[in-house]
Amino acid sequence: MVITGTRKGLGKHLVEHYTRAGWEVFGCSRQPVDYTLPSYRHYALDVADEAAVGEMFAEIGRDNGHLDVLINNAGIASMNHVLLTPMSTVADIFKTNVLGTYLFSRQAARLMSRRRFGRIVNMATVATPLKLEGEAAYAASKAAVVALTQIMARELSELGITVNAVGPGPLDTDLTRTVKKEKIEKLLGQLAIHKLGEMTDVTNVIDFLIAPQSAAVTGQTIYLGGA
Amino acid sequence: MTAGQPVVDAINSAVDDLNEILDADERLGKSPDEALIGKDAKLDSLGLVNLIVLVEEKIQQKFDVGITLVDERAMSQSKSPFRTLGSLAEFVEEQLNEHGR
Repeated sequence: MVITGTRKGLGKHLVEHYTRAGWEVFGCSRQPVDYTLPSYRHYALDVADEAAVGEMFAEIGRDNGHLDVLINNAGIASMNHVLLTPMSTVADIFKTNVLGTYLFSRQAARLMSRRRFGRIVNMATVATPLKLEGEAAYAASKAAVVALTQIMARELSELGITVNAVGPGPLDTDLTRTVKKEKIEKLLGQLAIHKLGEMTDVTNVIDFLIAPQSAAVTGQTIYLGGA
Repeated sequence: MTAGQPVVDAINSAVDDLNEILDADERLGKSPDEALIGKDAKLDSLGLVNLIVLVEEKIQQKFDVGITLVDERAMSQSKSPFRTLGSLAEFVEEQLNEHGR
């Protein structure tokens, strides 16, 4: 299994969850991680760096021979008004969230096609369907991820690969800790369930999506909290 | 650029593997002129994807180099490096050269 963005937050939780469940996990983030786990190998790279990502997958292909699951978790967000957002921020968001997801999916699908089996899970966000003010670039980048999810699902289905997305509401992570309390409460008010999500809410859905029995579930985005 | 024999061997080995899973009327020959896309091609787009992935795998095994065969002209019948087995071999050779091999 490959998981991107594993240094902290949800990514780190996913590594702990899946190594505990017996998976061999290959993860990455820009910086090295401050933890070590048996069955976990880390790559320090930028998810949109084609050469570095190519090397990572070449090594996984060489050492592991195949790949079953990719979780495109790496993502960056920025809360800002459209009129106050520098283009460099918009470019960074799209680079990590959209190009990174595209590149990892492309490389992973090549390895997955060897055994005609694969599960790709992308991360979406409730900010897209809720059209949250202040998150134009972030929500737009995740709307692109939803479109990628739907079209890759079709292009990769004949290779036995499913592609789905999970769209959590606000979780208790670094990403949301920087947001004002009132803002989070206003956001939660727009969901069916008015409370912060738990990491386990996300892993529960991913467990379902990557199960071998979920072969007929593809192209779907499951929003949490009732967005 | 002409492809060297090691690259041609790797591609032929990928063709052998692919032919094992293809129906008799879809199987590829090994001539450099064998069409991979366009009206003369026996492969459909999924077949081409399978071949490309197999070639990458063979190159990885033979040269210990991970190349990714992608090109914006992929489906162009006049310019694609995936037009024929011969053009594919040349493209692989170029990619290997870029990797300093």
